[in-house]
Amino acid sequence: MIEIDATQRLGKTELKIDLKVETKGILALFGPSGAGKTSILNWLAGLNRPDDGVIRVDGQTMFDRRAGIDIPPEQRRLGYVFQEPRLFPHLGVRGNLLYGRRLTHQRYGKDESDIGFDQIVELLGIGALLDRRIVALSGGEKQRVAIGRALLANPRLMLMDEPLAAVDVQRKSEILPFIERLHAELSIPIVYVSHDPDEILRLADRVALIVEGKLAAYGDVESVLGRLDLPNLTNNAEAGAVINATVLAQDDGSGLSRLGFSSGTGHGTTGRETTGQGTIRVGRLPHAIGEHLNLRILASDVALARQPINGISILNQLPGRVSQIVASDDSFVDVQVDIGSPIWARITRKSLQDLNLSVGDNVIALIKSAAADPKPLR
Amino acid sequence: MELSDVELTATLLSLKVAFWSTLVTLPIAIFLAWLLSRKQFPGKTMLDCVVHLPLVLPPVVVGYGLLLMFGSKGILGSLLLKYLGITVIFTWKGAALASAVMALPLFVRAIRVSFDAADHRLEAAARCLGAARWWVFLSITLPLAMPGIIAGTILGFARSLSEFGATITFVSNIPGETQTLPLAIETLIQMPDGEAGAMRLTIISIIIAFAALILAHRVNLWLIRRGQDMR
Repeated sequence: MIEIDATQRLGKTELKIDLKVETKGILALFGPSGAGKTSILNWLAGLNRPDDGVIRVDGQTMFDRRAGIDIPPEQRRLGYVFQEPRLFPHLGVRGNLLYGRRLTHQRYGKDESDIGFDQIVELLGIGALLDRRIVALSGGEKQRVAIGRALLANPRLMLMDEPLAAVDVQRKSEILPFIERLHAELSIPIVYVSHDPDEILRLADRVALIVEGKLAAYGDVESVLGRLDLPNLTNNAEAGAVINATVLAQDDGSGLSRLGFSSGTGHGTTGRETTGQGTIRVGRLPHAIGEHLNLRILASDVALARQPINGISILNQLPGRVSQIVASDDSFVDVQVDIGSPIWARITRKSLQDLNLSVGDNVIALIKSAAADPKPLR
Repeated sequence: MELSDVELTATLLSLKVAFWSTLVTLPIAIFLAWLLSRKQFPGKTMLDCVVHLPLVLPPVVVGYGLLLMFGSKGILGSLLLKYLGITVIFTWKGAALASAVMALPLFVRAIRVSFDAADHRLEAAARCLGAARWWVFLSITLPLAMPGIIAGTILGFARSLSEFGATITFVSNIPGETQTLPLAIETLIQMPDGEAGAMRLTIISIIIAFAALILAHRVNLWLIRRGQDMR
């Protein structure tokens, strides 16, 4: 359990967060730059002190201003991966990897449940780099060594501050799969800061949306990234819906993947069973059959029709029911359609009138396969 | 080149004085440099000024100040004598003290630049990996500041060798005790037939200075080669 109830004045904004979450899986702190996400990580790590409040991790009080408790960073056992790798230039790869591990062993002794050195090296694919100097590493390699260094200190929780921000797009694909494996193969919980919806979609289990120093929303990926007011809140993400889908089939003949999804409105992602209520076809994915992934479908990529349309290139014609109509601006409205999972369609006011749509009507949602591309960052 | 006893004594004494002066100054200079680079505290500007004073004052004034403080009636001098049994005035230890004070500003400046340049984000990373402050300082900050520390040491050593004004004012010019190379040269120049000796000692001074500079250059090269690790 991570419990944060703290405030801090940071320049013009006041960071005021009250958040209680299970330490399990990947929690994403999502929001625009300057919202205070990194400051929250620094609160947890002890690198930054709130003006007031309480911070607990797994029942241990890390900070409590009134009780005068402020555990120094070195005693918190949290692994921190920064935006930039921050490797020690005078130590080499192996020296960096062992820096925190030695200190942990000195302080707490060797633990049976210790993460193995070889296991981490293998998992991060840095075996060939062990005897290299830091300068001889690429950006992606550096960040992987930094992740390994933090993990090998045996933290109870990993903090990752946009670890992909400082590397270019190609390097991202060099790191992201490793973070996914980290999550899948080690049971270590992660708090992951990002302003990129694609990363959140790919990695996170739950999302805390931080806007201007406040917790604007908290919930599973579908409910937070599916919010219609996301563009206003984050200034960068477009409005859309998130569908939690399962790979049903890889159709080699058409070069497409068929995904099934169920109602994704529920809270908590523990029961991710897919009943196959709906299917959607997208470009060929590298995933195995049965794998889960999040699809984000932007409202501007969805069209509506009263009945199925023949002679059109759009493959995905999904029947659903209008569940909400929200005015967007003078020209557009956002229509929420439940196709088994709620999605948003942004259509003109004129179309709304022409189709004479109202809540409860049956419609067909038209989604181009190209629009539903989950943009895998591989 | 044949050295007289006086000349040889002066040379060895100079090296001894410079060695001890540098050794004692090194930890003090590292501490002051770290304090001035990393800490904010009231009176910081004042401390900065005091450290740099010997650089801008006439050496004679520094020597006289030392005489007042460390003389037998001076506050520090009587304390040293009473508790440690050390007399610095008119001894080689006093010469080392005078050199140390004169070399301190150069020392501190060189090291401070290195502390300023050492990335303190690496220190935060080290703390998150479980390192207490003192271990961060020893394992991260000091190694990162090593170029400046070595440069400062060589600079300080060279400055100690060349110290004249403060030394002669504070501990006088006693052959075998406080007569370092510059003092011996000055004495020889004053003597009617001392010119040859003065020339020999001048040559020795130049050789020592050269050796120090070449060493500095070598160390610098080594650090640059290792420094490719660094950035």
